[in-house]
Amino acid sequence: MNIKAFALFKKDFHSELRTRYAVNALIMFIIVAISVILFSIGNEKISQSLTGGLLWVVIFFSAMSGLSRAFVSEEERGTTMTLQLIASPSTVFSGKLLFNLILVFVMNIVIALLYSAMFDAFVIKNFLLFLVTFLLGNIGLAISSTIIAAIIAKAGSKGTLYPVLSFPILLPLILLLVHLTLNSLDGTSFDQSLFELAMVACYDVIMLSASYMLFDFVWKD
Amino acid sequence: MSNYSVEAIALNKVFGRRLIFNNINFNFNNSGIFGISGPNGSGKSTLIKIISGLTSPSSGRIIHNYNEKSIIPEKLHNYIGFVSPYLMLYDEFSAWENLNYFSKIRNVPFDKDKINYLLDSFLLLNRKDDLVKTYSSGMKQRLKFIFALMHSPHLLLLDEPTSNLDAEGKEKVYSILKKESGTSIIIIASNEESDLEICSSLIQLEKYKNPYNSVPAAGEITK
Amino acid sequence: MAWKIFLFLLLSFVSVAGIAFPIVENPTHWYEFPLIKGLEQNAKIIFFHVPTAWLTVVAFLMSTIFSIRYLARKNLNDDAKSYAAAQLGIIFCILATITGAVWAKFAWGSYWSWDPRQTSIFALLLIYGAWFALRSSIESEEKRATLSAVYSIIAFLTVPFFIFIMPRIMKGLHPGSADDTNAGPIVNFKMNGNMQLIFFLSLTAFTILYFWMWNLGYKSLIFKDKINKIYTKG
Repeated sequence: MNIKAFALFKKDFHSELRTRYAVNALIMFIIVAISVILFSIGNEKISQSLTGGLLWVVIFFSAMSGLSRAFVSEEERGTTMTLQLIASPSTVFSGKLLFNLILVFVMNIVIALLYSAMFDAFVIKNFLLFLVTFLLGNIGLAISSTIIAAIIAKAGSKGTLYPVLSFPILLPLILLLVHLTLNSLDGTSFDQSLFELAMVACYDVIMLSASYMLFDFVWKD
Repeated sequence: MSNYSVEAIALNKVFGRRLIFNNINFNFNNSGIFGISGPNGSGKSTLIKIISGLTSPSSGRIIHNYNEKSIIPEKLHNYIGFVSPYLMLYDEFSAWENLNYFSKIRNVPFDKDKINYLLDSFLLLNRKDDLVKTYSSGMKQRLKFIFALMHSPHLLLLDEPTSNLDAEGKEKVYSILKKESGTSIIIIASNEESDLEICSSLIQLEKYKNPYNSVPAAGEITK
Repeated sequence: MAWKIFLFLLLSFVSVAGIAFPIVENPTHWYEFPLIKGLEQNAKIIFFHVPTAWLTVVAFLMSTIFSIRYLARKNLNDDAKSYAAAQLGIIFCILATITGAVWAKFAWGSYWSWDPRQTSIFALLLIYGAWFALRSSIESEEKRATLSAVYSIIAFLTVPFFIFIMPRIMKGLHPGSADDTNAGPIVNFKMNGNMQLIFFLSLTAFTILYFWMWNLGYKSLIFKDKINKIYTKG
């Protein structure tokens, strides 16, 4: 992350404040997703282990509604070429990744807070484990969804393909995160979850380096 | 006088299965205005994009040199100014904000005097704080020239530079191009008579349609 | 030509032998298979199910290798090779899923129970599906080749995670998996000599069949391209 990438992030942030391209859709999606779950449950008591899984379902679908904007908005406005003329591919990817990282963190904090307010069964026993899981998981989510967003923006088919392409890539991450969240809910110790945490960290590192290497091919025509 | 040169070696572009052009060679040094002409669909924009590094050729190479050293693709964008009808600026920002963000993302100092001078010479100074989406297409076109010139590039690539411009705008553009041609290389892709008149030599793309041509055709650069 | 006849005979022999050879308690003749506790007659699927699963992985690997080659050399023939491999891969992937599910119905009592290998092959099916969806959405050949190559490389990187995390997260039911209690690791211990022989013959025959189909597949793709090129030139 250098000065140029940060300048690009500031541009995107400023643009987001003006247009509210991603944020409005995201907020509505979070509300809709959580209320759909609440309605479908009705008065039933749902088990603690189910709440852990559903949390990541809400996060996955909310991410799919908003994170593709980073590249799709440039492609839709026709400003992709402008960016190619002022910045190198790695700068562009860093800037967009930074934007998505911030978006994922804000979004997931909101989701987690709303979620724990709505579901009584969602009580975290091992908070440290949950925090580390949340941190590493959000980073992985942002990295994978940024590179897939770049691919679908160039593919020209905007909305529908995004969750289809992202799901297989995010599947191992989500399986690990659900498992870790369940561990933190039933109070499994931090040491017993080290293997899974290491796997999530590996996922982040591998996806990050692969994305930087492959982004050049996606970005240049 | 700059030490910039741009050289094309046996450029060839195929879109899917359609040949766009074949075996284009040229070498432009230091400064001057050069033209690319050809009917619609002959690949003028494609050639301009290949020179700028936005598109890669199917075969052949394009080499940019500055002070005897070749420029790596990662840095090429710092040496190039680009104007074309399909280039878009950010609608939700004003002209001033657009230019400010561009220089920040390039990580070059934002020279306010120079920007003001450019805004003034392209007759946009009193509209600089209005959002770009309120601009007419001619005003957007003039703003693109400021975008192309603001970082003092050594190579100016202009695709249909005077489209959407009125007579006054065209005159402005020509006078500035003539001034810039003393210090940088300008390549214009256009079919407008008045655009091509200011070029010192011309690449006529309709002569590069032969797929079997591996030897440069005689008189490929006229004028 | 000779090898085609050989392949035909080999596949015929494997099919007949795999289906018809009896399973007995104590094999005495060369054509008898041993009884494996917990599998019984169901064990015969190994001659057909395992080769399809194996080829699913081979095809996926080859598709990725040719994707990398395409990005390195930008030769559309490599894209055709990658595409042909993936086409066969998805066919074998579906076959492996179906044969596995049918077998699971008899061995485990239900078609699907999210065993680690079932989950992994499901993920592979999703990756293939997404890959074909991506390809069909892009018009320009170069763009299609580049973007799908990038996607297949990223998808390939997720495979090790499935191998490492699945056994930790889910309980394995599959014969041959580490915590398999009811059937044991059959390939190493409970297959006798003739069963192993037929198993590896079947694996070889299916692999040769795959490479033959792949060869035909990518050549016909390249020819189709060339014919189109002649037509568009007029």
